[in-house]
Amino acid sequence: MFKKILIANRGEIACRVIKTARKMGIRTVAVYSDADREALHVRMADEKVNIGAGPANQSYLLADRIIAACKQTGAEAVHPGYGFLSENAGFCARLNQAGIVFIGPPVKAIEAMGDKITSKKIAAAAGVSTVPGSMGLIADADEAVKIAGEVGYPVMIKASAGGGGKGMRVAWNDGEAREGFERSKSEAASAFGDDHIFIEKFVTNPRHIEIQVLGDGHGNAIYLGERECSIQRRNQKVIEEAPSPFLDDKTRKAMGAEAVALARAVGYTSAGTVEFIVDDKKHFYFLEMNTRLQVEHPVTELITGLDLVELMLRVAAGEKLPLTQDEVKLDGWAIESRLYAEDPYRNFLPSVGRLVRYRPPEEGEDNGIIIRNDTGVFEGGEISTFYDPMIAKLCTWAETREKAINAMEEALDSFEVEGVGHNLPFLSAVMGQARFREGRLTTGYIAEEFPDGFSGAELSDERRRELLAAAVVLHVQTEHFRTAPNERDTSLLPSAHETPFVSSLRDMAVICGTCNEKVSVRAEHTANAVFVTFSDGQIIGLAPYWKPGETVASLYRVEGTGRLRVKVDAITGGFRLRHGGADLNMRVVTPRTAELMKIMPVKLPPDLSKYLLCPMPGQIVRLEVTEGQVVEAGQVLVIVEAMKMENVLRAEKRARIEKLNVAVGSVLAVDEVILEFGEA
Amino acid sequence: MQEIIAALDARRDEARLGGGQRRIDTQHGKGKLTARERLDVLLDPESFEEYDMFVTHRTTEFEMDKQVVPGDGVVTGWGKVNGRLVYVFSQDFTVFGGSLSETHAQKICKIMDLAVQNGAPVIGLNDSGGARIQEGVASLGGYAEVFWRNVQASGAVPQISVIMGPCAGGAVYSPAMTDFIYMVRDTSYMFVTGPDVVKTVTNEVVTAEELGGASTHTQKSSVADAAFDNDIEALLEVRRLVDFLPLSAIVRPPKRRVNDSTDRREMSLDSIIPDSASKAYDMGEIIRKVADEGEFLEIQRQHAANIITGFVRLDGETIGVVANQPMVLAGVLDIASSKKAARFVRFCDAFSIPILTFVDVPGFLPGTAQEYGGIIKHGAKLLFAYAEATVPKVTVITRKAYGGAYDVMSSKHIRADVNYAWPTAEIAVMGAKGAVEILYRGELGDKDKIAKRTEDYETRFANPFVAAERGFIDDVIQPHGTRRRVIRAFETLRNKRSTVPAKKHGNIPL
Repeated sequence: MFKKILIANRGEIACRVIKTARKMGIRTVAVYSDADREALHVRMADEKVNIGAGPANQSYLLADRIIAACKQTGAEAVHPGYGFLSENAGFCARLNQAGIVFIGPPVKAIEAMGDKITSKKIAAAAGVSTVPGSMGLIADADEAVKIAGEVGYPVMIKASAGGGGKGMRVAWNDGEAREGFERSKSEAASAFGDDHIFIEKFVTNPRHIEIQVLGDGHGNAIYLGERECSIQRRNQKVIEEAPSPFLDDKTRKAMGAEAVALARAVGYTSAGTVEFIVDDKKHFYFLEMNTRLQVEHPVTELITGLDLVELMLRVAAGEKLPLTQDEVKLDGWAIESRLYAEDPYRNFLPSVGRLVRYRPPEEGEDNGIIIRNDTGVFEGGEISTFYDPMIAKLCTWAETREKAINAMEEALDSFEVEGVGHNLPFLSAVMGQARFREGRLTTGYIAEEFPDGFSGAELSDERRRELLAAAVVLHVQTEHFRTAPNERDTSLLPSAHETPFVSSLRDMAVICGTCNEKVSVRAEHTANAVFVTFSDGQIIGLAPYWKPGETVASLYRVEGTGRLRVKVDAITGGFRLRHGGADLNMRVVTPRTAELMKIMPVKLPPDLSKYLLCPMPGQIVRLEVTEGQVVEAGQVLVIVEAMKMENVLRAEKRARIEKLNVAVGSVLAVDEVILEFGEA
Repeated sequence: MQEIIAALDARRDEARLGGGQRRIDTQHGKGKLTARERLDVLLDPESFEEYDMFVTHRTTEFEMDKQVVPGDGVVTGWGKVNGRLVYVFSQDFTVFGGSLSETHAQKICKIMDLAVQNGAPVIGLNDSGGARIQEGVASLGGYAEVFWRNVQASGAVPQISVIMGPCAGGAVYSPAMTDFIYMVRDTSYMFVTGPDVVKTVTNEVVTAEELGGASTHTQKSSVADAAFDNDIEALLEVRRLVDFLPLSAIVRPPKRRVNDSTDRREMSLDSIIPDSASKAYDMGEIIRKVADEGEFLEIQRQHAANIITGFVRLDGETIGVVANQPMVLAGVLDIASSKKAARFVRFCDAFSIPILTFVDVPGFLPGTAQEYGGIIKHGAKLLFAYAEATVPKVTVITRKAYGGAYDVMSSKHIRADVNYAWPTAEIAVMGAKGAVEILYRGELGDKDKIAKRTEDYETRFANPFVAAERGFIDDVIQPHGTRRRVIRAFETLRNKRSTVPAKKHGNIPL
């Protein structure tokens, strides 16, 4: 086994690899860019080497620097993680020349699977079912229309070098095929520098299901079941699970056999993934093979009990696979939620900045539930503009899918992230949806379920009631705590008539949005529970495990089972509660105040001015927009330098830039108009 | 007997109806509560005791003797806020538009006198058309009686004003002299002269909202300390504010039982100061992470945001916080921020509230606007306020403490009690670049030399140790341990005594 390896990556995957290496007694070398000086993977590794500036093409994508770092530190092998150089055959070859082991498949396999058309040909030759379509490159739009006609509409037009949704288009007729071809071609040329295009059948109600394969250098190859990754937003996976709720044993075996056949055909070693698209009749078609460790590998690890990184290291070191296909056992259900720094309320705009608060749920196994959180960040760290905005991969495992989803709901409800926009509420909302729970997934799930974007989850009436009760219980708990004697230092308690914070409230009211409910409250200190009686007679009893100032509360149901997890922030006269993707301000007040609340006018948020005003005297140092451009909420508009500090001004809502009144270098006074907005 | 008792109830019911149902409906129609409804929200349930319910005016001019409403347009008395005594008056717009008569003023004066005598805050809910014109000079006299009491009460008991409707002309000067003014957005305004007079005199066309609405006074004029969306929000916020304040100048601020360890470490503070000196960070994060339970009640949030003022609790005790905000104008001291912070420091000193100061200040703002506006005298206010304050004062320098602004921001030399610095602190006359440009003017042509000089200067002076070597800083502390160290510092200062030379009063540069 290696004594020292270098991880040519950053973020959570670098941390993930370091963990396993450490467990195996292998020393680790982290490489890092200037932007990652303080990053978690750098802190975790035994040694560190700076490899350049923040942008990836000046650091993490520079093979020379990484090879130099290996030589400098004496690392014998390189784990490439995913992304960056992980599927770069040239990098792999250069490592080999330098006598450094690439922890991954051989160059030939990477090359063979790196090109979509070549890989499809190889797959077809190996007996893997492929989507009907053009196998060759398409010369022009006429040929595109002809092939589309042969395959049958709808068809998908794709860039050969494409990925991440770029250069991809669906065409339903000849006109669209012609136009789609032209546009994909030019997009591909500019995005990838490779304008090769191919066409294939567009599969309806498709699911994305992939098979994890593993090969060694001794001719062995096995598969470790599947992962379903159908929940995607703009071709970016968001939620993955293993196994798939859709596959039966027969299909699984058939897909596994084809995946292994392909792996063998290209002499695959290490961990790889064969992606399939599966239609509603369980027909599956080969999509592509990823010759690296996938982001979503933890769900496979959770249901197989294997450590894929360890297996990759062993195979790379020349060992044989320690298990045969028959020994692969799938056990239970695992779900992964990808937590991204992107604001779901603002059309998923990437968000950067300081993680003012970052408190993931506690990892480990408890009561038949496993919580695992793979991350590369820490509280007080920065989410940088340079890299992928992923904050963490939260996984839960349980015996059944339902239990795993329940565990995920609860884990999301107690996961605290503040300071950057993030998709926690969105993930919670998906977990709460009946369609998700029923497993009726397609790759169009998010587009279909959230056609108008995301504006917070709708809770069931029952759950909403429970949250109203929770607010009341937290209020009672606060009063109880505040009025209890202060055993720490009674000498300074205020004088007699000043005994503070006593309240005799017992009839209360809870207000949330348009809901204004009168309740009566009974506290049973023996049961440590508070019973809230609603005006219709419903009684909800909750035992709070929470003290004022704590930001996550657990409230155990007196009737019924389980507990309610909520994120709590004190606001004046009540609490902001976040739960299940909903974000609610609840006021707990006297019945009299609640009654008077009905008189208060409903105020709509003020119409945002159509002008962007300069907030301080300063100089424009950067203009990020042009006239006529449409900007999303949160997008950077201009940067004003004042007092030698750069101040970033952002759009408050989606708008079009109507008029720009300044240029770079303009010196502005306070409230001077920088630009004017129009309707987007 | 039964009849007599019933008659009392009837008289009370009549008084409680104020200006009558029609006017109450009008008040509601504007989204405003009545005087008594407001007290229901402000005070603990069943805690209000009303005085002078049967007081009526005594005017006969303009046939006023035919219009007599018991209470005369203001509801006065006392009640509790979370169990603690407060005196209140609440003007009733449904009775003569809440206008102030001689007797209306007398009612207010009575509860102000009681508040001072018994040591409890006065909370005034203002909703008044102004002077009762029919009473002429008697009304003006009434205002002045209130003004005089505002001044007598100032520094003796906390005075809080909530502007919940019109407040114009001479009437503004009573709230103006109280400690805090809260306003209600869209339904309250304050000005000395209204839009009509403004147009006649200066030809300016301006709406009442633009001239004296909540946003004007919380952002531009700094007359008001905070604004809220409606009556109830404003009143609940007043309750929250009262929870922080002592009942009077001669008792300690309240100590609350809190659920927050005094030893809590905040590791994330170790990474809050950016690598680059020209990058900003949010001082508010430091304040909230040091505070008990993360709670911070900010005063004048929307005005002069380059300095932050407000209340937190540390180990349950009320502490006033003053902090430069690097996110706004680099946290520079200018006229507005100096005045804002000076006033806050003086409030804290008057009511024995210890002061915690966080410093990241590049200096005073240069420019003609500042010099013509009198930054010298206004900056001096903050210096004066800090220097005269005898309450416990703890200072933490997080980054820059440059030049005169270092002295001003509660430095050791003006008698702060405990001064800490983070290792990231730079206590110097100025930043490296500026200093080198002055010290080595002759070498400015030689870039390499200047770079070397700058580096040398940074190594020597851009740190807290030069000051620590002289004892100007008591200790250099780890950012993550700030909460613990600050709490321990205040603990030692709990029984601080400090004397001032015999005098009538100081002469703060107003």
